Amino acid sequence: MEHLSDIVKQAIEHIEAATDLATLDGIRVEFLGKKGQLTAQLKNLGKLSPQERPEAGAKINTAKQEVQVALNAKKQALEEAAINAQLNKEAIDITLAGKPQPRGTIHPVTRTLRRINAIFSAAGYETAQGPEIEDDFHNFEALNIPGHHPARAMHDTFYINPTHVLRTHTSPVQVRTMEAGKPPIKVICPGRVYRCDSDVTHTPMFHQVEGLVVDKNISFADLKGTVDQFLKAFFEADVPVRFRPSYFPFTEPSAEVDIQCTQCQGKGCRVCKHTGWLEIMGCGMVHPKVFESCNIDPKEYTGLAFGIGVERLAMLRYGVNDLRLFFENDIEFLSQF
Amino acid sequence: MKFSESWLKEWVNPNVSTDDLIEKLTMAGLEVDATEPAAGAFSGVVVGEITAIEQHPDADKLRVCQVAGHPDGIKQVVCGAPNAREGIKIPFATVGAVLPPLDDGKAFKIKKAKLRGVESFGMLCGQTELLVGDNDDGLFELPLDANVGQDFREYLQLDDTVIEVDLTPNRSDCLSIQGIAREVGVLYKQPVNPLTIEPVKAQTDSLVKARVDAAPACPVYITRVLENVDNTVQTPLWLQEKLRRSGIRSIDAVVDVTNFVLLEMGQPMHAFDKATLEGDMIVRFAQNKETLSLLNDQEITLDDSSLVVCDHQGLVALAGIMGGSRTAVSQNTTSLVLEAAFFDPIIIAGKARGYGLHTDSSHRFERGVDYTLAERAIERASALLIDITGANAGPINIVQDAAALPKTVAITLNKKRIAVGLGFAIDDQEIEDILTRLGLTLQSKTDTDWVFDVPSYRFDISIEADLLEELARIYGYNNLPTTTPVLEQTLAQSPESVTSLDTLKDHLASSGFNEAITYSFIDPALHKKLFDDQSAVNVLNPISKDMSIMRTSLLPGLVQTLIKNVNKQAQRVALFETGLTFKPLADFNADTMQGLAQDGYVAGLLYGHKADQSWHSGSQNVDFYDLKGALESLLSLAQADVTYTPCHDVAYLHPGQSAYVSLNGSVIGVLGALHPQTVKALGLNQSVFVFELQLDAVLSTQKPAFSPISKFPEVSRDIAIVVKVGVMAADIQRAITTCAGETLKHVNVFDVYSGKGIEEDEKSIAFSLIFQHPSRTLTEEEINTPMDAIITLLESEFNAKLR
Repeated sequence: MEHLSDIVKQAIEHIEAATDLATLDGIRVEFLGKKGQLTAQLKNLGKLSPQERPEAGAKINTAKQEVQVALNAKKQALEEAAINAQLNKEAIDITLAGKPQPRGTIHPVTRTLRRINAIFSAAGYETAQGPEIEDDFHNFEALNIPGHHPARAMHDTFYINPTHVLRTHTSPVQVRTMEAGKPPIKVICPGRVYRCDSDVTHTPMFHQVEGLVVDKNISFADLKGTVDQFLKAFFEADVPVRFRPSYFPFTEPSAEVDIQCTQCQGKGCRVCKHTGWLEIMGCGMVHPKVFESCNIDPKEYTGLAFGIGVERLAMLRYGVNDLRLFFENDIEFLSQF
Repeated sequence: MKFSESWLKEWVNPNVSTDDLIEKLTMAGLEVDATEPAAGAFSGVVVGEITAIEQHPDADKLRVCQVAGHPDGIKQVVCGAPNAREGIKIPFATVGAVLPPLDDGKAFKIKKAKLRGVESFGMLCGQTELLVGDNDDGLFELPLDANVGQDFREYLQLDDTVIEVDLTPNRSDCLSIQGIAREVGVLYKQPVNPLTIEPVKAQTDSLVKARVDAAPACPVYITRVLENVDNTVQTPLWLQEKLRRSGIRSIDAVVDVTNFVLLEMGQPMHAFDKATLEGDMIVRFAQNKETLSLLNDQEITLDDSSLVVCDHQGLVALAGIMGGSRTAVSQNTTSLVLEAAFFDPIIIAGKARGYGLHTDSSHRFERGVDYTLAERAIERASALLIDITGANAGPINIVQDAAALPKTVAITLNKKRIAVGLGFAIDDQEIEDILTRLGLTLQSKTDTDWVFDVPSYRFDISIEADLLEELARIYGYNNLPTTTPVLEQTLAQSPESVTSLDTLKDHLASSGFNEAITYSFIDPALHKKLFDDQSAVNVLNPISKDMSIMRTSLLPGLVQTLIKNVNKQAQRVALFETGLTFKPLADFNADTMQGLAQDGYVAGLLYGHKADQSWHSGSQNVDFYDLKGALESLLSLAQADVTYTPCHDVAYLHPGQSAYVSLNGSVIGVLGALHPQTVKALGLNQSVFVFELQLDAVLSTQKPAFSPISKFPEVSRDIAIVVKVGVMAADIQRAITTCAGETLKHVNVFDVYSGKGIEEDEKSIAFSLIFQHPSRTLTEEEINTPMDAIITLLESEFNAKLR
């Protein structure tokens, strides 16, 4: 039996010296294979007496197990080493930038329009569109602004010909909506509008969203609630809102809406001209004459209407300090949104 | 409307702070736009009198004055003003006085000084030094009855605030101090001091006959002759100051008085120099092409919708807007015809603007002037002119057509309507109180309704809704309740046949394009560079030449944006825009705008580097296929058959690098490189790739329809052929698809090669074909047969050689 422990010792020495899986497998074959040295020992058992066989067999099996355990351990070690070597070799600088996938951006005006739209469509408002070269009737007459009305001077209109204009507001879309359908109506009209005015605080084109709700029993209180909720939703804050009497030919009563200055929280600053308030939108109850122009009976129906200046909201929301930036489309500007 | 707080307080004095007053006016719809002090900040200035004056010994332009006014007695002051002379009274800044800051922003302190060796104890002041006027000619000469030694601020009541109210066009009743006072009285529940006007007794019987030939347009026309006028006298300082604080410059006594009455009562007036008038005065409509030379030296040619005043020699005024130059009042005027009238707002409205004019008079008449004011205004002005210029008044001459006067409006106000309209019921008593305070008269009432008469000065109140506004306004918009509308619920359809615009924009943004929003009006020169003589619609009154035509395509705006960004050294520009274009069609009618297509488009542009320069791939420029790839991806949203066919006839595109894009067989737009000549004309030096597609087509789609997935193996075959360069891959691909039959699942070009081994006018194209059957494994035979047929077809149809 002296011989058996020598074989194991030799096998273990070989195993420990092995540096790759192929050598290790050769060692397995040499000692444990069908013709291996330890397998040969088993074959020799037959030469022993039946009394000796169990003990000798058990010893050989123990020796085989010892070698197998060593083989397994070495195999695992070699495999780990191989993986580690591969990992080391494959390591890269993960701080380098990825392959560029250019990402574009959505214009801040569109972004703002989407917010407005999302707020109102969640409340069941539909969206309506209309032409931008509008006839005099839809842009003015139907909105109770006849030919020589002083309010026309408020509009600084671009004319295409004596009877067609670049729409000065999206209210004509409201008129078209009322002409086309019966109350109840709940609609917003977003889009480009045009005024013949260009300076630091005016661009000759800008965006409006006008809203209209027509049904029986719509009240001024409903108007106030709608506008108030919208502004709080838009600014994601409980901003104080106030309503001031104003004048629009197409609404009566009419109101200008102020919110507490978002810049100074009402303390007074340059942005709010030290009043603590920012004029943010106009609104009112649909004028009976507008209903008459659209064949809706003003005795039966009342309506609320409001108009939102999109760029104004975008400027406040995103801190844009110059209106003109919206239409210069500088990539450095666009890329910020 | 600009007025001073002190003037308002002469009328109504609610005893509140300026801030409170401003807030109250603003919240009642009379928005205070600005406030400013009536004078600069200064102290230590008194009314002074030059008691003696002599030439400075060492300076030609300086004089040495002895000035009274300081409590310690006469002070010596060196003064350089040209009008300094003995006996005049002036503002005197004594030693220790602080004057308004100079340009350096620092307050100016008056100290004892030596001017060229002569001691000076103070300074004599002009208007501009104290910011009490803009007369820069010299010392501010005060009336001789000024109280020497009195504090100057106190003397002119300069501790006053000028309030500017931005009135909405409906509130013409507030275009006077009387109107503002009336409103303040209502808001603060304070009595308003009435203006007592005693009729002036005629001192002469001098009269100019007047006639109105257009009574509906001018129901009241009142004149009065004033003679013995001395128009060289100075307008009293109190009157000048009221004008100044309302932003009106003093001209002469007659003009100042008419302006004063306009500001005080809201009645525009005019004064004609009687000596220049010939014969009777007639109010009538102008004849076409009649001309009138106006006070401002403007010569206008009238049409027959304009109301005018004339005498026997010709036109003397554009009624309610401006007088003529021939009959204008001057300092030498000694006799006047004063005019006050009521002109129908509809006749005056828009007229001034039509002639490029805007006057205080037209501003009021076109918004509405109280038709009961004219006579009182004439009396008020007469009394002032008699007082100031020593005039004698003739009898008042009233030409009136009572039937043509505006009728008193009576409005029925329904109680329920208040509750519905405002969402809240105001107490009956309060309703009557508010409306009567506003000057309405309760004519009658029942359990359900009131009937109110509207005062003559409220042109804006004519229907029930107007009364609701007045109630809400005075009650306070912010005191009214806040609710939200309750409407019957309807859940809208959510069509799957349309891609939303948001999805399209997000898709393009994810593909690297920045959304731009450009003006709808563009530069005609740019339009011409791209589209030559293609017709477009002009803006009649553009902001500028380069924004004067309506775009027929979104491309000019994007190209303009590209140029701006390239000029700012942008290396890569990828833009898109959606919006309307304005295309006159073949049947376009410029009068009716019939045949003008206002259709939505989506356009994009790609220029410069493929992506921002990277360590990985260096910098490479974009090409046609970059844009086409983006477009293919975008158009996959449409779930339709998209084809690209060569496009040789679009002038602004490169004929060899452009394509028509078709969706289900209809052309929906183009894609390609701008023509090199166009690129050059635009001042760019790299290729620009653009696309423009009809928005509706791109957004139309269909709901997906499931088709079963085959469980059987795919078989792949490749073929490479050599064809002439001009043969289009898509044509070959289409032929392969048609020929292969239903088992061909997919065909794809995986290589295109030209160069070594291929003739110069040829190219090699390699296709990969994948066959699959839905319900069984294909046999070798079933693949070989179509492959052989394809090869035969390609040889015959495209003259292809198998590689």
